[in-house]
Amino acid sequence: MLQTHGLKYRYADSGPLMAFPDLSIDRGKELLLLGASGTGKTTLLHLVAGMRTPTKGTVELAGVPFSDLASSERDRVRGQQLGIVFQTAHFVRSLSVAENLALARSLAGLAPDPDRIHSLLDGLGLHHKLNARVDALSVGEQQRASIARAVVHAPGLILADEPTSALDDTNTDAVLDLLRQHAAETGAALLVVTHDQRLKDRMADRVELTPNPTAA
Amino acid sequence: MKPARLARRNVMDRPLETGLSVLLLAFGVGIISLMLLMQRSLTEDLDRNIKDIDLVLGAKGSPLQLILANVYHVDVPTGNIPLAEARKVMRHPYISEAIPLAYGDNYELFRIVGTEPSYSAHYGAEVAEGRMFDAPFEVVIGADVAASTDLAIGDTFYSAHGLTDGTDVHRDKAYTVVGVFGTTGAVVDQLLLTPIESVWGVHDNVEGADQEITAVLLKKKNPLAILTLPNLLRDTPMQVALPAIEMNRLTQQFGIGLRTLRAVAMLIMGLSFVSVFIALLASLRDRKYELALMRTMGATPRQLFSLVLLEGLWMTLAGIAFGLVLSRMGVALMGQVLAERFHYDVTQLAPVEGELYLVLAAFLVGAVAAGLPARSALRIDISNTLGQGR
Repeated sequence: MLQTHGLKYRYADSGPLMAFPDLSIDRGKELLLLGASGTGKTTLLHLVAGMRTPTKGTVELAGVPFSDLASSERDRVRGQQLGIVFQTAHFVRSLSVAENLALARSLAGLAPDPDRIHSLLDGLGLHHKLNARVDALSVGEQQRASIARAVVHAPGLILADEPTSALDDTNTDAVLDLLRQHAAETGAALLVVTHDQRLKDRMADRVELTPNPTAA
Repeated sequence: MKPARLARRNVMDRPLETGLSVLLLAFGVGIISLMLLMQRSLTEDLDRNIKDIDLVLGAKGSPLQLILANVYHVDVPTGNIPLAEARKVMRHPYISEAIPLAYGDNYELFRIVGTEPSYSAHYGAEVAEGRMFDAPFEVVIGADVAASTDLAIGDTFYSAHGLTDGTDVHRDKAYTVVGVFGTTGAVVDQLLLTPIESVWGVHDNVEGADQEITAVLLKKKNPLAILTLPNLLRDTPMQVALPAIEMNRLTQQFGIGLRTLRAVAMLIMGLSFVSVFIALLASLRDRKYELALMRTMGATPRQLFSLVLLEGLWMTLAGIAFGLVLSRMGVALMGQVLAERFHYDVTQLAPVEGELYLVLAAFLVGAVAAGLPARSALRIDISNTLGQGR
């Protein structure tokens, strides 16, 4: 599902060239990208998500040279193939929980499908918050709602950026279980990017990023 | 989710900023629209009532007062003139038509005007019920009079002296309603017409040389009448006034006030567009992360630009719609006041052509005011914005 080849990125013309290990995840598989602060985790995640264009190397998504696509095409593929969970959950504030999910489907070019939205929120224990404003949700509920939004359009790859950093052990397990469960249900690949060492024992396949060497 | 719906929800989510922008725009549009509507009503009313009257003969005094009193029946007359003297002007070779008017009494504040059948014929008023008067103290009432009073054919009533109150009633002579005019939209609708002899009969049966009338509406046969008649009347207690010139002078005097009001309205509209601009700019700054988030969900820069533009257009449309409603409420209110004071109905709520240009101009400027901040949505750097968090 995801393949990266020789990814390198330079923030400024005179800045250091950051080099990243190659990543490869098949559908239904998971990968932990572990690294301390300053190792370029977020930069790599943004390269994978097409939010930055690599200075060198390529990102392939479902066999498509994602990083080489034109900007508008990359937006379209991102909307269809990626579901992103951020450390802090954010939503479109003017919409209800269900409407935020419907918006994700709409931007992916899919019909709203209220049944899927209802069953997804039901499964996450949010059926009673269907029409609630997102700012009326607790932090835990917002995190679950953001997972629902990331998977509502059945993406091929779920990217989770520090999903457990602010959580205790119990909630860390719960969130990881939810991500795995929904990735398994849709056959999506799961890439978790974190500095949270607790996940080291919970996910077998992992790549550890080390402080990025400066390359010419 | 449709972009228009999302834009509307975003706008509704900021009630204070949206409310201020909408209110300002509504006031700007409302004042200009109110001016256009009132201008239309007044112009139509003025034109309808002037209708081929070239000159008005009456007692010396303010020419404008003479016109307002005898053409529009909204002011007191400048005085009376001797009928014998007036006849000399009425029979002048340069005059093709002359309609005498004599009045000074009212019924429930509607004026009783002594005249000839040619007066109602001049305004195209036809008797809808009953018949035309043909003897003293017979009255044909206008459509508005019939609607506002209890008078019907066969009823008798007493007139009250003067034009502005109903306390001094002439109880010795009763009028009889013999007909009701159909609606004309002209001043006839608000009058009770009777032969001139009725007016003289109420006021001590004056006869011969003592007979006076209030004014004569004149239609010229020869354009020279406008130059000749004033000279002819120089040494008499009479004057002729030109309705077109007097009303033009009046509207020019009004014009200064209207231009000032229009400038204030334009200023308010300008401020409203600045308000829309600032509201959207502040909203964009506040929602930068939200917009970047939508980009991660597949929204293109162009979609975000359209979304912000639509938000501005929602505010603009709401302001325009509210403004048009406000102007109509204003017209209804002013119409009520004018109807109570002068029996004039200016409550025309149908759109006027100028409003189309007003709406188009407001919409275009609103689009520009929204488009400028919306451009920043095109340039959102997803990675940097998400990296900054909120």
